Amino acid sequence: MANIMYWEAIQRAHDEEMARDPLVICMGEDIGVAGGTYKATKGLYEKYGPLRVMDTPISEGGFTGLGIGASFLGIRPIIEIMSVNFAWLAMDQMFNSAAKVRYMSGGQLTAPCVFRSAGGAAHQLGAQHSARMEKVFMGIAGLRVVTPSNPKQAYGLLKSAIRCDDPVFINEHELMYNMKGEVPDAEYFHPLEGSDVARAGTDVTLFGYNISVHWCLKAAEILDKQYGISAEVVDLYSLSPLDRAGIKESVSKTHRAVIAEEDEAPVGVGSEVIAIINEECFFELDAAPVRVHSALVPQPYNHTLEKAAIPDHEDVVKAVLKLFGKA
Amino acid sequence: MKIEDKKRVLREMVLHRRFEERCYQAYIERKIGGFLHLYPGQEACCNGVMEAARPGHDYVITGYRDHVHAIKCGADPKEVMAELYGKETGSSKGRGGSMHIFDADKRFMGGYALVGGPFPLAAGIAKAIQLKGGDEIAICFLGDAANNQGVFHETMNMAALWKLPVLFVCENNLYGIGTSIERSTAVIHQHKRVAAYNIPADECDGQDIDIVYEHARKAVDHVRAGNGPFFLELMTYRYRGHSMSDSRGYRSREEEEVWKQRDPILMLRDRLITAGAMTMTDYETIEKETDAYIENEVIKFSEESPEPRVEDLEKYVFADRETQLPWLTGKAA
Repeated sequence: MANIMYWEAIQRAHDEEMARDPLVICMGEDIGVAGGTYKATKGLYEKYGPLRVMDTPISEGGFTGLGIGASFLGIRPIIEIMSVNFAWLAMDQMFNSAAKVRYMSGGQLTAPCVFRSAGGAAHQLGAQHSARMEKVFMGIAGLRVVTPSNPKQAYGLLKSAIRCDDPVFINEHELMYNMKGEVPDAEYFHPLEGSDVARAGTDVTLFGYNISVHWCLKAAEILDKQYGISAEVVDLYSLSPLDRAGIKESVSKTHRAVIAEEDEAPVGVGSEVIAIINEECFFELDAAPVRVHSALVPQPYNHTLEKAAIPDHEDVVKAVLKLFGKA
Repeated sequence: MKIEDKKRVLREMVLHRRFEERCYQAYIERKIGGFLHLYPGQEACCNGVMEAARPGHDYVITGYRDHVHAIKCGADPKEVMAELYGKETGSSKGRGGSMHIFDADKRFMGGYALVGGPFPLAAGIAKAIQLKGGDEIAICFLGDAANNQGVFHETMNMAALWKLPVLFVCENNLYGIGTSIERSTAVIHQHKRVAAYNIPADECDGQDIDIVYEHARKAVDHVRAGNGPFFLELMTYRYRGHSMSDSRGYRSREEEEVWKQRDPILMLRDRLITAGAMTMTDYETIEKETDAYIENEVIKFSEESPEPRVEDLEKYVFADRETQLPWLTGKAA
C-alpha cells in the first residue's frame, strides 16, 4: 500500500493503461507539456508523445467531440475538461453524441470514452469557476457517472472507466487533488456501480459522495463522541446509476437518513436518494430524511458569503441532531 | 469516370431520387413518422464525391439528410427504408429513425441531428485513422448552415493543426432550414471561410456530376496522401423543403424552376444519350426497374418486417452488461 495523493493516483491509472494499450490516449487543455493543471497527467507527454497526449486548443465542444469520434473506431480517449464549469460547452457532444450513439445506432457504434473534470467550490473562484454539476450528468441515459472521494477510488474508478465500453463521466474535486490516501500496490479496479460503507453505524445513515463523504465522516466522529449517536456513512461513488440496493440496505438498518451534497438542492443527488428511499423502504423510516446542501445562489466571491453558501460537517451534525429532536 | 461507371452511377442516382420520393409518399400515408429530410436535387454531390473516394472503406459521417449517403456507402436500401418504418430490421433496429441511419460495417458512421455536430466527430474519426495508420480517410458531408456553428471553427482549427485525414464536403444548398444564406451568413462562398485555418479549399458546381467528380478526386487524393484536411464546397439546391413541415414560403417557384433546369440526373442522362451510350428507352427502363425494385422489395420488406419488442426498450442504452461485469463489479480477472 502506497500513501499517495489523489492526483498521483489519477496519474498512475493513466500511465498504467497507456502503457498497456496503445489505443488509450488522453487529451485536454494544458495536459501535455504543462503537465496538467492538477498534475493528473504529469510526465505522460514525455513518455507517450504528442500523438497520444494531446494538448488541445481551448475548444471544449470541439475536442470533446473529437475524442468521441475517435472512440467510435476503438480509441479509448481520456478527455480532461479542466473545470466542470467549462463542461457546459462540451455537453452537446457528451450527451447527444457519446451517450446516445449506441442506442440510436441500434448497438452498432459505442463511445468508450472517459470524461474527467474538476468540479466543486474551491477558494473564492467566483460564480463561473465553482459549479457543482453532477446533477446534470446523472440524468442522462447512456452515460455513467462516478465521483471518487479518495485516492484509491480515483485510481480504481479511472482504471475501470477506461476499460468499460460505456462513456463514463468522472467528477473530481478541485480541493481534493492533494488529499493523501492508501492505494493498493497491485493493479486495482474499483466497481463503477454500487456504493461503499465508509463507516459502519446503527442509528442514522449519512449519505455523501466525493467531498461530502469527508463532511459525513467528520460529523460521524462528532456524533459518536459528543452525542452517543452511531452514524453509518455511505459513499455514493456511483451517481449514475445510484445504488438502490445499498441505499435500501443501510436505511433499513438505521431507519434515518441525511444526504449531504455540495450541489444545490433542486433536482439533485439528495432529491434522488430520498425518492429511492420512498420507493424502496418508506416504511422502515423513523423520521423524514433530511438534505444538507448549498444555497441556491451563483457562487459568491466574498469569503464569508462563500462559506455561508457551502455546507460542511457542522451542518451535517446539525441535521442529525434535528432528526433526533436534539436541536 | 468511365462510361460504364457513369451508367452505373446514373442508375444509382435514379434509385436515390425515387427512394426519396417514395419516402415522401410513405410519410403522407403516415407510414413514416418524425422528421423527414429529403435529398432530391443534391444527388450529384454525394455520388460525385463518393465515386472519387472508396465507399465502404473510407469513413463517412453526415447530418440528418442521410438516407442517400448511407445507401451510397453500401447500406441496403431495404434496411434504410425499414428504419424509416421503425422496424426491428431497420439499419438502426428502429431506434434511430430517418435522422439516425447507421451502417458501421459499411463505415457509414451515421446521421446526426444537431446541426454541425458531426464536424468534431469526423475529425475524431480521422484522428483514430491517424493513430492506427490506415489509408482510409474521413469524409464529413454537411450543409452550408452548419458552418455557422462554433464547432465548425473549433474543428477546422484542430484538423489543420494536427493534419488530420478528413475531407469536409459542404453541400451549399443556399438555405439553412428556411433562412437563405444571404440572410444568415456574412460570407456566401463557404470555402473562403477555411482560409483562416490554412485549409486548402475548392468550390464547384454541385449539379454536374462530372465536375463534382473531378474536383472531388483532387480533394480525396490530397487528403489520402497525408496532406491534412481539405474543404470542398459544392453549389447545389434541394428541391423539397428542409423537412416535411416546410412549405417553402421563403423562396420563389421561379428560383426553383431555374435550378430544376440543371437537374443532376437529367444532365447525366442527356450526356450519356448524346454520347450514344444509352437511349431514352434505356433510361425509362431504369426508372421502371427502379420503381419496381422499390415497391416489390424495399417497401414490401419494410411493410412486412416486425416491430421492435417492447421488452427490448432499454436494450442498447449501455453495452451488453455481461461483457462489462469486471468493470461494473470491480471483479476483474
